[in-house]
Amino acid sequence: MGEIIVEEKGKKGGKRKAKKHSTRIDMTPMVDLMCLLITFFMLTTAFSKPKVMVITMPEKDTPEDKNRPEIPKNRTLNILLTEGHKVYYYIGIADPKKPAEMPQLIKTDFSKDGIRKFLLIKNKDLFTKIAEYRDKRVTGKTVVADTTADSAIKKMKKEDQKGPIVLIKANEKAKYKDMVDIIDEMAICNIASYAVVDPSPVELEMLKTAPK
Amino acid sequence: MPKIKAPARSPHIDMTPMVDLFSLLLTFFMLTTSFRPQEAAPIETPSSVSEKQAPDNDIMTIYIAKDGKVFFNIDNGKDTSTHFRVKLLEKMAEQYKLTFTKKELDKFSKMAGFGMPIKNLKAWIDASEPKVRDKLQEGIPMDSTDNQLAWWVRMARLTNLSAEVAIKGDAETDYTSVKKIMDLLQENKVNKFNLVTNLQKDEVSLKDLPK
Repeated sequence: MGEIIVEEKGKKGGKRKAKKHSTRIDMTPMVDLMCLLITFFMLTTAFSKPKVMVITMPEKDTPEDKNRPEIPKNRTLNILLTEGHKVYYYIGIADPKKPAEMPQLIKTDFSKDGIRKFLLIKNKDLFTKIAEYRDKRVTGKTVVADTTADSAIKKMKKEDQKGPIVLIKANEKAKYKDMVDIIDEMAICNIASYAVVDPSPVELEMLKTAPK
Repeated sequence: MPKIKAPARSPHIDMTPMVDLFSLLLTFFMLTTSFRPQEAAPIETPSSVSEKQAPDNDIMTIYIAKDGKVFFNIDNGKDTSTHFRVKLLEKMAEQYKLTFTKKELDKFSKMAGFGMPIKNLKAWIDASEPKVRDKLQEGIPMDSTDNQLAWWVRMARLTNLSAEVAIKGDAETDYTSVKKIMDLLQENKVNKFNLVTNLQKDEVSLKDLPK
């Protein structure tokens, strides 16, 4: 390190003394300050911006609206959510006028082998199609832009005629997390059509007597 | 025998590399930082696989805390000249026959989410201490006789025509309170919401497909 020799004038004009000053600066306070600042920025910074999940709700229809699309009975999958993160499902329509055909609720959960497995089996064709398409993009067999891929997947979903039409219904004991989780499962399993709707009185009654 | 002398070492350590590193880190953090917005209540969002980023601008956020309290926030807009918050407050003041001074309007435009009956809003803006301010945050009333949240949403949509709606609910909030908000939004012709979530990867590939 360089050194600067500082000359000092003697009072009596006698010998001149050259005093050596070290150029080393004590950096400790600076380091302290920097540590503090870094800690501050690290703690206040929001690294990962929050993500959002877009859901589009069906428009509130009026009772006189007769143009509602007819849903095929065997494709309708009803998922009921209730307390304790429990999931119930049944296929078809619960019609109180036909007690003989009343469907039974089947209990499952949010685990990998729970509702997801069932959804995957139900939605096998569409899921395979989309997964294969995605695989091809990942391995580089097909090279397309993100937007093109998105619209291609959208088209596949639109054309799908076999997959389930899922109706998500939550009673008043369900938590917000349950709803987000089940919509998330729809995204994971590539379900083409699903909607969040209110449970009917029959379904609420069914939940009361459902297997615990 | 000659004595073995331990060589006298200077206790000074050369801190230059350390300082270099620190300055680098500091510069990095200062440049990348975007401050976490102050929130009215601690909210832990549920997680999902969605990778869509929340928009920075033109978004109104409805916070739903664990206990069902509701807060509201809207941004000022991308352009510094739009001042959506000021315009919104002016509209709300007109609706509820309240007056806010220029200073209060200015202060409000720099503040974050809020949640209180509108008659207490003035006190919240004027409060100088955060403690006093936090006490006022009791949630926006949503009674059927005076649904203030609906007015906030309505006026916000009139103020910023391109505003999207985001719902940031705590994972443990009751579904009923979220449902109430969604019904309210649908009554105001908002059918598309952004649910704020944490990213949690969870992928299913072809191999996982049950036979």
